[in-house]
Amino acid sequence: MAFEIVAIGASLGGLDALRTILSGLPADFRLPVVIVQHRSMEGDELLPKLLQESCALPIRQPEDKEDVMEGRVYVAPADYHLLLEKGRFALSTESPVNFSRPSIDVLLETAADSYGRGVIALVLTGASADGASGAKHVKRRGGIVVVQKLQEAECDVMPAATIAAVCVDRVMSLAEIAPFLVKICKEGVT
Amino acid sequence: MENMAQESDLQEIEIRLLLEGLHLRYGFDFRNYALASIRRRIGSRLEAEGVKSILGLLEKILHDPQCMERLLLALTVHLTSIFRDPGFYVAFRNRVLPVLRTYPYVRIWNAGCSSGEEVYSLAILMKEEEFYERCRIYATDMSEAVLERAKSGIYSLDAMKQYTDNYLKAGGKEEFSGYYIADHKNVIFRQALRENVVFAPHNLVSDASFNEFNVILCRNVMIYFNDKLQERVHKLLYDSLGMFGFLGLGSKESLRFSPYANCYEEIDAEARIYRKVR
Repeated sequence: MAFEIVAIGASLGGLDALRTILSGLPADFRLPVVIVQHRSMEGDELLPKLLQESCALPIRQPEDKEDVMEGRVYVAPADYHLLLEKGRFALSTESPVNFSRPSIDVLLETAADSYGRGVIALVLTGASADGASGAKHVKRRGGIVVVQKLQEAECDVMPAATIAAVCVDRVMSLAEIAPFLVKICKEGVT
Repeated sequence: MENMAQESDLQEIEIRLLLEGLHLRYGFDFRNYALASIRRRIGSRLEAEGVKSILGLLEKILHDPQCMERLLLALTVHLTSIFRDPGFYVAFRNRVLPVLRTYPYVRIWNAGCSSGEEVYSLAILMKEEEFYERCRIYATDMSEAVLERAKSGIYSLDAMKQYTDNYLKAGGKEEFSGYYIADHKNVIFRQALRENVVFAPHNLVSDASFNEFNVILCRNVMIYFNDKLQERVHKLLYDSLGMFGFLGLGSKESLRFSPYANCYEEIDAEARIYRKVR
């Protein structure tokens, strides 16, 4: 069973963490990468621009009902929840979840519903428990969950919450994550 | 292992059955709402209603109209803010209003106005631009309960700080607090802002065009519709817009499912303001 999508959640400290991971992805990395980085409600191009500097793959903020394409990186726009349907993005302006909009739980839950076993979920540094419930859902639907090593996280609350909620598949340092993603996309996970 | 994939597909079947039942029994048509968001909304009702499954919820709503009303409210409430996306209002002031000033009188439709935040934003903008007397704003929503809230003009005091920031960024020229009266918990917007506003029920899913407008705002409403329904609503909006009228969408929405996409000129790409030119 091949993986189909990488769904990443990050909060406090996420910008640097994401840059480390994205800089390790080769230009021919096929799987779509979808990111929720907690951000202020003022939308701007700064976040995708900063991430793009470290990334060989094109990055954009998806519109409602835009297709999910291979070889691309997507970042949730400000003040919307980013949901996944099979092959497509959906946006919502529902109440913040875990005080956040965009919320990581919303991304991971909908990724799990749409892609089931095809999901690789990553939960990185952050100060809330956003992502833990979503990670549970990913596991329930057969996907895998990777969490950032606590000692290395700028804020370990978020990865710790996921570890407490779910039997995670891997705990890794940031530097290890991109090579791991490349490897399991080729070979699957053991 | 196959069970895991099946569980999600089965849930989708249950959702379709629930929406079919809701339609057959009560006439409310949510069958073409976007799946991902409606799945979440339905999911959040299960525990609240004390049922274990979506089919359980279906059984309950078929026999219990009050349960149905609660579900209806959950499916129709859209959250928004005063001057959400301040950049939109800046663009509206700079690009749309100068054109509107050439008309003696304009009709504006706020389609899917929900609890009314956008209506009051527009009313405040028009007052400051000294154009309010030449406007009539039609604010419609499918939910009468939500419309009542919009009509009341009552919002929580806590939210006003964020709203004040939005207001200033949107080009606000006065004291935002001058537009409402506050108690310790809530605020109520001044009656003067409601004078030229008509609040009326209208369902974008099923109702026809009811007037021709110079401006239509339908922002972050269609994100809850699937592409088939979006196509229908875009046709309705096009039919309701006068030639050279303006259409405003949400900041991450587009004309991709409009059969009339090529009939609009893009006035402001970032603010998602379009003008009907053919």
